Amino acid sequence: MKKLSPEPVALIKKRRNEALSQLIDSIPYISFLGVDFDRRGDEITAILPFKEELIGNPNLPALHGGSIAAFLEISAIIGLSWTQIWHQIEDPGLDADSSDNVRKFTLPKTIDFSVDYLRSGLPRDSYARAKVNRAGRRYASVHVEAWQDNRDRLFAQGTGHFLMPLNK
Amino acid sequence: MKNIMIEKKKKAVEDFFAVLPHSISLGMGIDFIRDGEVGMSMPYDSKLIGDPQTKVIHGGAVFALLDTCCGAAAMSHPEQTGPTATIDLRVDYMRPATPSQRIKAVATCYNLTKNVAFVRAVALDNNEEKPVAMAAGAFVTGV
Repeated sequence: MKKLSPEPVALIKKRRNEALSQLIDSIPYISFLGVDFDRRGDEITAILPFKEELIGNPNLPALHGGSIAAFLEISAIIGLSWTQIWHQIEDPGLDADSSDNVRKFTLPKTIDFSVDYLRSGLPRDSYARAKVNRAGRRYASVHVEAWQDNRDRLFAQGTGHFLMPLNK
Repeated sequence: MKNIMIEKKKKAVEDFFAVLPHSISLGMGIDFIRDGEVGMSMPYDSKLIGDPQTKVIHGGAVFALLDTCCGAAAMSHPEQTGPTATIDLRVDYMRPATPSQRIKAVATCYNLTKNVAFVRAVALDNNEEKPVAMAAGAFVTGV
């Protein structure tokens, strides 16, 4: 019996990256803030490159609480959506029209979002990772941590609840 | 004399919030300033869309408006001097904001202690009967 050879790594990466780009490129507010994503396997890190328009208090200077909150909320929504579409991307049966599936994917809706401002956001790049602590059929609870220079020195964290879309 | 103080404070809050780069990039403007109460609004813009299917603006933009408005309310409290910073803020998104409509926020600083200002806010669009979002947070005072 002939064994199936494993899928070439380049093909896997291309498929995953395309799915992630499609999800991100569809949301104008992500490009407005300039948020980018770095993917390693199924783990994604959101990156907020520093720019002048993100500043709140120009005297300090410090990032605006609103840009930090938006960055966290974007990380949470994308992180949650990513866990939801992961099985679609990985299921070879859906391969032919997987891009279509992602395009039609309905985003979860934020019910509430709470932000803890732990220290002031410095005028430099920020990073965030979301953890889906619970994703039921209707509701999800997501926690996000954001840091700048040191992974262990968080400058903000957030928790949000989301209404899950009725996909399929 | 008291009126001069109020006017001075209003001017200080107005000047502070007129130059915040992120608020400017979102097009925020102050509607009114009273003692511990501030109204601010922001125009709808397609670059702020968070859900391409419905064209509803992203929750993050509403959060930014509410955060700014709450900070201004804390600063405009008669017993507060100087700037403030957010300690924490929670926003409940009660319904999607109607696309193409301006979003108005009204924040009230309902209690001010030596170290903390407690603020609540509501965000509305043209349907003022049903809030779009509500916020509650704590702010640093006496910096």
